[in-house]
Amino acid sequence: MVRFENVGLRYGMGPEVLQDLSFAIEPGSFQFLTGPSGAGKTTLMRLLLLSLRPTRGLISIFGQDASTLDKDAITSIRRRIGVVFQDFRLLDHLTTYENVALPLRVQNQAEDEYRNEVIELLRWVGLGDRMQVYPEVLSGGEKQRAAIARALIVRPELLLADEPTGNVDPTMARRIIRLFVELQRSGTSVVVATHDLGLMDQFDGARRLVLGDSRLHIYD
Amino acid sequence: MSADPIGISSATASLRRDRAAEAPLVPASSIAGRTLIIVVAIMTFLASLAAGGAMLVAQASQEWRSTVSREATIQLKPATNRDMEADLGKIVEAARGTPGVAEVRAMTKRESELLLEPWLGQGVNLDEVPVPRMVVLKLASGVRVDFEQLRRRIAEISPNANFDDHRMWSERLADMANALVAIAVVLLVLIVTAMGLAISFATHGAMAGNREIIEVLHFVGASDQFISKQFQRRFLWLGLRGGLIGAGMASLVFLGAGLLSRRLAATPSGEQLEALFGSFSIGWPGYSAIALIAVLSAALSGQTSRIIVFRRLRRLT
Repeated sequence: MVRFENVGLRYGMGPEVLQDLSFAIEPGSFQFLTGPSGAGKTTLMRLLLLSLRPTRGLISIFGQDASTLDKDAITSIRRRIGVVFQDFRLLDHLTTYENVALPLRVQNQAEDEYRNEVIELLRWVGLGDRMQVYPEVLSGGEKQRAAIARALIVRPELLLADEPTGNVDPTMARRIIRLFVELQRSGTSVVVATHDLGLMDQFDGARRLVLGDSRLHIYD
Repeated sequence: MSADPIGISSATASLRRDRAAEAPLVPASSIAGRTLIIVVAIMTFLASLAAGGAMLVAQASQEWRSTVSREATIQLKPATNRDMEADLGKIVEAARGTPGVAEVRAMTKRESELLLEPWLGQGVNLDEVPVPRMVVLKLASGVRVDFEQLRRRIAEISPNANFDDHRMWSERLADMANALVAIAVVLLVLIVTAMGLAISFATHGAMAGNREIIEVLHFVGASDQFISKQFQRRFLWLGLRGGLIGAGMASLVFLGAGLLSRRLAATPSGEQLEALFGSFSIGWPGYSAIALIAVLSAALSGQTSRIIVFRRLRRLT
């Protein structure tokens, strides 16, 4: 599904922040991406989301060489990826419902086609009574769940979640990871970036990608 | 057991009630909307005045030209060795016999003297002054008059007679009217350019202010076309509001000018104004042109922003 071969990235003329990254993400797999703060987890997530181009190496995603993709092809690929940002990135002028429906709306789908699906998902993540409120009145955990619902609404083939449990209590964090595991079982590949070792220990069977010293160490 | 255990039907109904339309993805507050509306309104107002003014001038010039070109004059200068009345009679006869001349009237001596009054003043004794006599020819419309033949015939009757078909005047009026219309067109181009630049600045500002929204839209799978359409929709609406305000103001100005000119029509200054600019009424073609300018302002606003956003997004890597 995703393959990195000797990928390196530097900003401008600075040192390489990521060096010789080689790994693959298989369909229906689950992996934690971890490492100390500043190790480059978010940068690697951005490479996976095709919002950064590597300075060297090969990235192949859904069988296509990322370096040859034009903007329309990148858009098509992003429609197959769900992403949960560390800072949620909910649009403040849209309600919870509108934020969650956004990935379908940008694909020009009619609201009648997706309304029930969005409502159902919002109820599933426990935001059924918060559909018509704006992000500024949501708690951190509610924003987190809204961001997750937005990532899941397109039934992504690949889910990228950057610190999805950073703003929720341990119980909610476990619930969220269980949700991701359920998704993985239904065929979605999941990458969860986190520095919460305790949480990873609770899901011991998951693969771990550990970033340190600009390099990636894989523990299957 | 309920057929809708999680209450989607009621939630859907509630959503339908609460949401008249999808919320715009580019928030209204993120664009200097009021400023842009005012700029577009002013530009549309000026463009409408330029267009309406050009139409008034073109219309008035057409009236002047058709009046002037339907008339010709023959001037007979007095000479000591000639019988002026006899020459005048022959000239009138020759003019009447020319095909295309509908009416011939020789002005009396008193009428000819009255023509000099504006320059010489009243009460001047003109008996000793050699005042030329005028013959006014009304030409039939749609019939071509052979002016050269008439000119030769008059010259044969009297060497002191001059024929004037008003062509020089007509050409000068046409040149003046064309120059005014050209100035109006240049003004229109300048106004449209200025409006395009103002919209361009506003679009760049809106893009900078909405950078995060654009980024999120990209990440959730929005194409550049989709994002640029969102900006187009927002700017089209702003442009339409500005355009309608500007066009409304310009229409009021022309309506007011028309009413004022009708009220002043009976006064000497009103008559002169009417002679120069016609009735000050631009009529339905003029108001249609103003409405068209309002619509074009809105279209320009929307299209400019769309193109700018699309190009900038394409350049983003």
